[in-house]
Amino acid sequence: MTPVQLSHFTATSCLGYGNAATLAALRALRSGLQPCQFETVHDLATYVGEVGGVDAVELPAQLAAYNCRNNRLAWLGLQQDGFFDAVKAAIARHGRRRVGVFLGTSTSGILETEQAFRHRDPLTGALPDDFVYRTTHNTYAVADFVRTAFQFEGPAVVVSTACSSSAKVFASAARMLAAGLIDAAIVGGVDSLCLTTLYGFNSLELLSPEPCRPYDIHRQGLSIGEAAAFILLERPATQLPADAVLLLGAGETSDAHHMSSPHPEGLGARMAMAAALQAAGLQAADIDYLNLHGTATPSNDAAEGRAVAALFGDRVPCSSTKGATGHTLGAAGGMEAIISALALQHGFLPGGVGTHAVDPAIPVQYLTANRDSAPQRVLSNSFGFGGTNCSLILGRAA
Amino acid sequence: MRLLSYLDGIGLVGPGLDNWPAAHSILAGHAAYESRPLVVAAPAALPPAERRRTGLAIKVALAVAFDALAAAQLDARQLATVFTSSGADNDNCDAICKTLASDDRSISPTRFHNSVHNAPGGYWGIASGAMTPATVLCAHDASFGAGLLEAMTQLAVDGSPGSERGGTLLVAYDMPYPEPLHAKRPLPAAFGIALALMPARSAQSLARIELELSDAAPDTLSDPALETLRRSIPAARGLPLLQAVARGDACRVVLDYLAPLSLLVQVGPCR
Repeated sequence: MTPVQLSHFTATSCLGYGNAATLAALRALRSGLQPCQFETVHDLATYVGEVGGVDAVELPAQLAAYNCRNNRLAWLGLQQDGFFDAVKAAIARHGRRRVGVFLGTSTSGILETEQAFRHRDPLTGALPDDFVYRTTHNTYAVADFVRTAFQFEGPAVVVSTACSSSAKVFASAARMLAAGLIDAAIVGGVDSLCLTTLYGFNSLELLSPEPCRPYDIHRQGLSIGEAAAFILLERPATQLPADAVLLLGAGETSDAHHMSSPHPEGLGARMAMAAALQAAGLQAADIDYLNLHGTATPSNDAAEGRAVAALFGDRVPCSSTKGATGHTLGAAGGMEAIISALALQHGFLPGGVGTHAVDPAIPVQYLTANRDSAPQRVLSNSFGFGGTNCSLILGRAA
Repeated sequence: MRLLSYLDGIGLVGPGLDNWPAAHSILAGHAAYESRPLVVAAPAALPPAERRRTGLAIKVALAVAFDALAAAQLDARQLATVFTSSGADNDNCDAICKTLASDDRSISPTRFHNSVHNAPGGYWGIASGAMTPATVLCAHDASFGAGLLEAMTQLAVDGSPGSERGGTLLVAYDMPYPEPLHAKRPLPAAFGIALALMPARSAQSLARIELELSDAAPDTLSDPALETLRRSIPAARGLPLLQAVARGDACRVVLDYLAPLSLLVQVGPCR
């Protein structure tokens, strides 16, 4: 594929608001996971990566119809790292019609609907008058919110493929840039805590009672997080600084195996990583670090580990950063692309937080501490329910 | 920038539109349209355990997808897929919200994994064996246009992302919400359109399609009942394109997308 530049980006998660807070937490091997006290969820013995202050975020009056936790989190994210101004500058360069919006989410503003169902009219069963479906519940709401906030007139879409959503948006946006339909794209993901995912993963017995421990022999499941990750993608400038980060390749596949369990040998995952390498014109030996999907469920880590070992052996250092952020679901691909970009720019490999004893049955080079080693190219994995797989390869300009 | 593809197969299910051959006669003006409840078969290609777990949205999506491939004489394992829907399994969403609002919040594991927007994509992989890329989109009322744009862009950029003949299968589908969400989002019926879009002309090609972004006003349908379908169900916004294919004339169609944008499609018959 033709490389595209991550010309600006910002991440907000339980590690903090913006890139500096994210980087500081990664450097300190600090986790943002806390015992779950979210909303009315006091009966689940699990940890969550909740972003503080989301409910205090006020949307501008003209965007009031979009008010829900997911869009408040999106708005909070857009204010960090000068991202809002960077997008306005991109509009000035390219025009409103030439900027696309490609965002991933799994549950959008469903929390608003969950709460509205508690307040149904006791006689008619009707939802409250102030519940607005289109701008909160609908899966497209967050892309509509961003398109409206910036008054874009270009293409926009939400990719909703569960936990690969905000990795796959990079592939869609890169294609549209390559086709010449747009000159810039806002990509990323926003997913926020809600009852559907907390009680849903609980029903599958996949929630860890302690902060999650990816690739650990004693891993007991995942910890759910939330995040807003935004990236401005553009065609690379002719003169790039050495630390500019480029998307070099993307690989997308399907397991065709099971709705909620990965292929036991990680076949679809391996094919996605191989497809990303092929798209980037690279070999496995060219990759310096792998940011794993690494949810810390027993089956995911085993399947992904097999796929990684089959392609890379134990030669490439790897880790999952979900012990720090929690699994941010539809935002995970975007969040971890930004963590990968920070690793490229700041010259370190993030160690996996929460993992003490790496599962000896998984023959990969798993990092439990940060390593001072400047990667040139990294690969980030995102997989999800429905057997969806996406791998991204990011690299430094020089 | 114009995007080019060849339409090799069509699947369609809607109220009073049982399948593409029936819809072809109606859209070509050879038969009258009469609205009646939608009929759709359970996906026979799924193993029985999975088949029992599929709701209406998945049934509609898989039915039109298999019909389009059969008409095009294509192997699912060679095509990438683009699924697009303004909602998903809306009965399932209603059931989860009701459970979560009750005193016992235990939702079933099946309900949870069927709640993801890409559930039809996941079942498609299981039913067809396709390990090719599958993306799943939502753009509210513009979901059909967003899906067509993504599929045509894939063909323009990647050529054949699958193998052999390659191509992309677009599957657009919607279903109604039960109350109380129906009052907030009144979708009247389920509807599905699948288009097998190929990078090169073949013996099966029905039409050559060229697409570009436009700001022309979207076309409407002259039959009032069909126009009501088009306006009220996002997946049915593709009907003007299928009407053009059914009539078999070279023509220009403007499809609804995200205001102020629309999709200008040049349709050239191949038969």
